[in-house]
Amino acid sequence: MFTFTIRRLILTIPTLLFISLVLFTIVKLSPSDPTGNLPLTIPPEVREKIRESLGVNKPLLVQYLLWLKQFFWLEPRIFLEHSFGWNLGTADETRLISYQTRSPVMDLIVQRLPQTLWVVGVAYLVGTLIALPIGIISAYKQYSVFDQLGTLVSMIGFSVPPFFSGVLVIVIFSVMIPSDSYFWLPSIYDTTHEVTDWASFKYQFRQMIMPVMVLALQITAQISRFTRASMLDNLNQDYVRTARAKGLKEKTVVLVHVLRNSMIPVVTVIALGIPSIFGGAIITEQVFKVNGLGQLLIIAIQGGDVPTVQTLTFIFAILIVLFNLIADVLYGILDPRIRYD
Amino acid sequence: MLDEPKQPLVRVDNLKMHFPIFGGLLRRRIGQVKAVDGISFDIIEGETLGLVGESGCGKSTVGRSVLRLYEVTDGTVTIDGRDIAHAPPEELRQMRTQMQMIFQDPQASLNPRMKVSEIIAEPLREHHAGTAAERRQRVLELMDQVGLNRDFANRYPHEFSGGQRQRIGIARALALNPKFIVCDEPIAALDVSIQAQVVNLLEELQNELGLTYLFISHDLSMVRHIADRVAVMYLGRIVELAPRDALYDDPLHPYTKALLSAVPEPDPAIEEKVERIILTGDVPSPSNPPQGCNFCTRCPAVMDICKRDEPEFREVQPSRFVACHHFNDIT
Repeated sequence: MFTFTIRRLILTIPTLLFISLVLFTIVKLSPSDPTGNLPLTIPPEVREKIRESLGVNKPLLVQYLLWLKQFFWLEPRIFLEHSFGWNLGTADETRLISYQTRSPVMDLIVQRLPQTLWVVGVAYLVGTLIALPIGIISAYKQYSVFDQLGTLVSMIGFSVPPFFSGVLVIVIFSVMIPSDSYFWLPSIYDTTHEVTDWASFKYQFRQMIMPVMVLALQITAQISRFTRASMLDNLNQDYVRTARAKGLKEKTVVLVHVLRNSMIPVVTVIALGIPSIFGGAIITEQVFKVNGLGQLLIIAIQGGDVPTVQTLTFIFAILIVLFNLIADVLYGILDPRIRYD
Repeated sequence: MLDEPKQPLVRVDNLKMHFPIFGGLLRRRIGQVKAVDGISFDIIEGETLGLVGESGCGKSTVGRSVLRLYEVTDGTVTIDGRDIAHAPPEELRQMRTQMQMIFQDPQASLNPRMKVSEIIAEPLREHHAGTAAERRQRVLELMDQVGLNRDFANRYPHEFSGGQRQRIGIARALALNPKFIVCDEPIAALDVSIQAQVVNLLEELQNELGLTYLFISHDLSMVRHIADRVAVMYLGRIVELAPRDALYDDPLHPYTKALLSAVPEPDPAIEEKVERIILTGDVPSPSNPPQGCNFCTRCPAVMDICKRDEPEFREVQPSRFVACHHFNDIT
């Protein structure tokens, strides 16, 4: 298992380099102009100078290598300097700068990350915690009323996109319910809100409810279906009959024998979904005005902000490759029949 | 059976196991598969009752419903004086220490995520007090008893061969010192060379521990080897039940005759002369059995009454039971 992990980690290096090249080329080939959002009164020769200063006119390969150097060599050193207070001599080097805001891309990401982690991360957690019991009970009582309801909710979660369900809950909880009611919820997520005492915590909780639940509906739909299918697979296995014949309590049969075996594929699905937390939920963040990574990416795409788009998408790529590896390793740990070495 | 001093350990009376068929738009119940349709037999303590029949005749269903791994439709099953078929769940769970099952597929019937020692120790943990060390000791004893190397205790089931896995299944069944074990085709999934080993192991354990077996198999020669009495099933019913030698030497029911004539003869000289009774037609569907005798559609000696009335399962000679109209006048 250890050598497998090491081998896979080494293999990720060429994979990621290739991904970064493809991403860079695609982003560069898109017909967007970093000066396109600037006022029309700026004369063309000034625009050209701005482009020059941004380094857009250099050959693609040079730009790519420069980006590589900044991302893999400069930014990690700056990260170390910030975390440990060392001096690695990075002060006079040019950082990865966002075309739009003229501030380092990494700083933007670090600013946006907590918002995304709070909303999307909590939604993922809540969604999973709701999904597992629903999946288990639905499978154990297949075709019961509970199962049918679970199927219905999952179908809704699968088929109703967040730009609809998000707006729907805003209409219900922010517009139709009077704002002095106990059930009223704020439709805009206030990113500057700080939790200092009980009252501010309650406000934070209230403003998180809608975006979290809209996202959790989708996550629940997916994971509960998966859990149910996996449980059903295992419930009819012979070893479950053996467990019953042993005279085990029904609870032990279901929770120890069936559930443990059913969780093998479910855990990997959950692990594979984790990168999407960091990717943010682009649409949901837009609907509820959460200033997260998803929103940063959308704005950067609209503004032709190549360094930001490139860096963000590449970070998502790293996470996806990494969590694929984690899912594989988890599979090997959970299922004794699978050995990688 | 008056001269038989021992009491029956297992008494099955009019056991019925019908599985519903759902269909149509609203998944309503549109019929039922009569997998087991009113069978009765006793098993005396310490004996082996063989249960034979062709595929799909309900052998395994009998085994599972006797241990109430299915909720039976009707009838009673009494094991060691206690009614299994209608016991409340918690009581039933306690009774499971007395009755165990060895399953057909040794690969699928062992939890792939548990080590051998955990598989064998689990019933001990569930039903007996005792420390982890005591359980460990018992697990190792059991592994010795079924001929498994003690060093394998921490391996997973997939790391064993088929015969070894079946030994794990047997050790697991023995863990609670049961009196009655249902062997549901325990050798069907094994190589011929391993079959003999496992059957011999089962016999040895029976002699040592005084076990009572219900041995389900479609292998007639293996049943002849291990069973004291044999019951022959056809389409959810027992057609003949008799002591082994009597049944094999002089089968009474036409189905038993046909079944036994199909057993291959090892001597080629005799094999050539064997007259086989070839049954024509297919087994009727258990969801729609024929009127009268279940065997009337294929019976070479069918009479008019067979298509009208169900034959009674009755004792036609001492300790020989047959369900056939041909024997109604004999007694």
